[in-house]
Amino acid sequence: MLNAVGRDIPEEILEKVHKVPFMGNGHYDGYEYKKTGPRTRCVISNGKNKLVSSIREALELSGIKDGMRISFHHHFREGDYIVNMVMKEIHDMGIRDITLCASSLGKAHDSVYDYILDGTVTGIEASGVRGKIGEAISKGYLKNIAILRSHGGRVRAIESGESKIDIAFIGAPTSDDYGNLSGMGGKNECGVLSYSSVDAEFADKVIAITDTLVPFPNYPCQISMTKVDYVVKVDEIGDASKIATGAAKPTTDMKKLMLARYCTDFVTKTPYYRNGFSYQTGVGGASIASTLYLADRMRGDGVKMAFGLGGLTKPMCDLLDEGLCGALFDTQDFDTFAIQNMHHPRHYMITAGEYASPFNKGAFVNKLDFVILAALEVDTDFNCNVVVGSDGMLMGAQGGHPDTAEGAKCSIVLVPLVQGRMPTIRDRVTTVTTPGESVDVVITEYGIAINPRRQDLIDAVRDSGLPLTTIEEMKEKAYSITGEPKDIEFEDRVVAVIEARDGTIMDVVRQIKE
Amino acid sequence: MKLLKPAAAGTLESSDCFVSIEPSENGIEIDLKSDVIRQFGDRIREVIGETLDTLGIESCSISVTDKGALDCTIRARVESAAFRSAEIKEEIPWEKL
Amino acid sequence: MGEALTDKKKRLRRSMLFLNAQKPSLIRDAYLYGPDSLMFDLEDAVAENQKDSARFSLYNALRNIDYGRSEKVVRINGLDTPHWREDVRCAVAAGCDSIRLPKTESARDINILEEEVYKAEKEFGIEEGTVLLMAAIESARGVINCMEICTASDRLFGIALSGGDYTKDLQTTLSPTGVELMGARQHMIIAARAAKVQCFDTVYTNVNDLNGFRHETEMIKQMGFDGKSLINPRQIPIVHGVFTPTDKEIEFAKKVVREIEEKSAQGIGVFTVDGKMIDIAFYDGARRTLEMARASGKLR
Repeated sequence: MLNAVGRDIPEEILEKVHKVPFMGNGHYDGYEYKKTGPRTRCVISNGKNKLVSSIREALELSGIKDGMRISFHHHFREGDYIVNMVMKEIHDMGIRDITLCASSLGKAHDSVYDYILDGTVTGIEASGVRGKIGEAISKGYLKNIAILRSHGGRVRAIESGESKIDIAFIGAPTSDDYGNLSGMGGKNECGVLSYSSVDAEFADKVIAITDTLVPFPNYPCQISMTKVDYVVKVDEIGDASKIATGAAKPTTDMKKLMLARYCTDFVTKTPYYRNGFSYQTGVGGASIASTLYLADRMRGDGVKMAFGLGGLTKPMCDLLDEGLCGALFDTQDFDTFAIQNMHHPRHYMITAGEYASPFNKGAFVNKLDFVILAALEVDTDFNCNVVVGSDGMLMGAQGGHPDTAEGAKCSIVLVPLVQGRMPTIRDRVTTVTTPGESVDVVITEYGIAINPRRQDLIDAVRDSGLPLTTIEEMKEKAYSITGEPKDIEFEDRVVAVIEARDGTIMDVVRQIKE
Repeated sequence: MKLLKPAAAGTLESSDCFVSIEPSENGIEIDLKSDVIRQFGDRIREVIGETLDTLGIESCSISVTDKGALDCTIRARVESAAFRSAEIKEEIPWEKL
Repeated sequence: MGEALTDKKKRLRRSMLFLNAQKPSLIRDAYLYGPDSLMFDLEDAVAENQKDSARFSLYNALRNIDYGRSEKVVRINGLDTPHWREDVRCAVAAGCDSIRLPKTESARDINILEEEVYKAEKEFGIEEGTVLLMAAIESARGVINCMEICTASDRLFGIALSGGDYTKDLQTTLSPTGVELMGARQHMIIAARAAKVQCFDTVYTNVNDLNGFRHETEMIKQMGFDGKSLINPRQIPIVHGVFTPTDKEIEFAKKVVREIEEKSAQGIGVFTVDGKMIDIAFYDGARRTLEMARASGKLR
């Protein structure tokens, strides 16, 4: 069945995952539904201790069984130890058929590959599956179809009851003996625990894992004790050097600097660039360089940002410190400066739901003016692929891409025209993760292409002297350099679905042909 | 053009390819390794074949390790390896290439 | 042909970016950076045993990659090597715009090269006089013979200083003060202007010191140089910035051009613009200012 972005979603897959095809952005705007809550075990007695001696004990007390769905956050990024520690115990206990529902999975979790092979893990739900987990899914080793969701989509799926979490694991840099959790303090600070909020709200059992116990009460807390069943202390929750990394050095790559320059020039020519605008950007070299150029322009023009949003790095925090930005709303900290900047009175943690869920009463992304995004591939309909590599292998993450692209008034995708011998701009993306109607502008070093749906933006920058072009011309230029790539062949078997923010199916991912 | 000995050209750096060629009796045998073999393998073989044909080479054993080279680089490295193999250093017939 | 040749010789050459012709990753991206000239190097950047391979890279790049507005210059190996003749054949057959001769020391060097270029144009069916020449001055003797080099050939559009080799010849080293290059720079710009050809300054090797680079570029612009050789694309926007006229200069140049054209039609030779005394001698300079303004995007 063809969906709204022209992708064929097989009927039997729709049945298997109990879903419908994507019908376009905003299809569910105004939709009403009833949320269901978790099973909750009361703690009335004042003599009970939530501290347990080990992860295994916590698992036993939580009633871990075959077939359960367990969840994790990815605030520790490449330095995470939690997933591996928990999975090892589960595996050693002989538990099987587990569905991993993580906000994202990456190279730090490569050991899960073995658990997929031996059937301990038979289901994966995540925004991204970098590393060997992605490889395992692409090669067809995962028993059930994997589900790839955006950050907002994950919150929707959990709150609506679609993705029922039996046990949530929350790695917490600090905790007290009663389960007040924080991302600040301790040996391995990560800044925020945004992704875990919905897990704590809706999971039947919540297990906190910390390496730094602090005296009660651990306030201000980011996850309340009223939602936590058990607290386990371990030696290390992660590798600090990979959680709190140093700030990325500003790029010297001329191509990235060109992209950054075009991006900032474009942003400042739109009507959204005025006092009190809001902005979100990524962590790539071009994105960071563009933030630095933007800061220069803002100083010169006397324009201030009302707020910055999303995953944060030093350049955005510098804007707050300098007074060029009024506030930061944080869902993830990418370097040690961003973590420390949490101490600034106008640097706030927000939950993933507050950030991007499409199924609550209105999230931050709806108030965003600009978002600067990357992509693996973009096609001439402005559809983006951020999850499947050009070789057909699952290797990226949706993150907040579809959420911010839809929400922001001006979504800009910043990509090199060509990467190696692969054209980034093409006739058709390998897999659609963000629909073209959400993407307003594509910027490559060859020029700037505005989505024809945005006549208002086209009119606004018409006489600006910017290198405007069309997405077709970009594609022609890319192909003239690399030649036209042959489509990759896949097996028929669907190994993963790309779920849109609203729970419909945007596209499917098939098994790699080897 | 007559190939006289094994020869090589190019490097394994990004955007380049390493080509090694030697004379043989069994027609054109191409051994291709590339990160983009699925998307561009056919095209690369085509380029190698065209280049050898232009040079009048009917038989050889050629191995290409591609690191994302564009067509013009593949041509350049195949030509370079072939001329080295044929021990021709000057008076290259540029207009024919 | 005469006017076309003059236009080609006098084109804007603010930035001349060096590229190793043997490195595919550099030659494929060069079209992005928009320097006025791209200098494909077959000489110093290429190892001795790769000179043959570099030619195939160069030929295929020039024939297949669209470099847009940039002039395609090839730096061949010196006349004292066994490579230069084949370099010339390759560059001309590939359709280069110009050839740069390293270590030029006399008019005779240019004439020897010119003869080979002429032969190559004939061999490959290219209109005679298409390929221009430039001379790199890398020695004391080269500096002394500047005037005869500049006037050696109709094809020669300019001379460029190669500071590294030149200072070795002087038995000194490059320093931040640039005092060791003073004599060469001064001599070369004087000879070039007397001979009505262009003059280019040497490369700035510290790519991370963009402030020092800007400072040096401002200095050589003030000395009268037409442009600078570059080794990194990040230096391009700085050079173009320095060579971009200010809004005031552009307004003044517009007035000068307009007034000169009007007044000369009325037979008036000398007059004032904004309080300055202007005559026909200001015409070329004003037009050059407007051309630079157009190239920088300040004027449409």
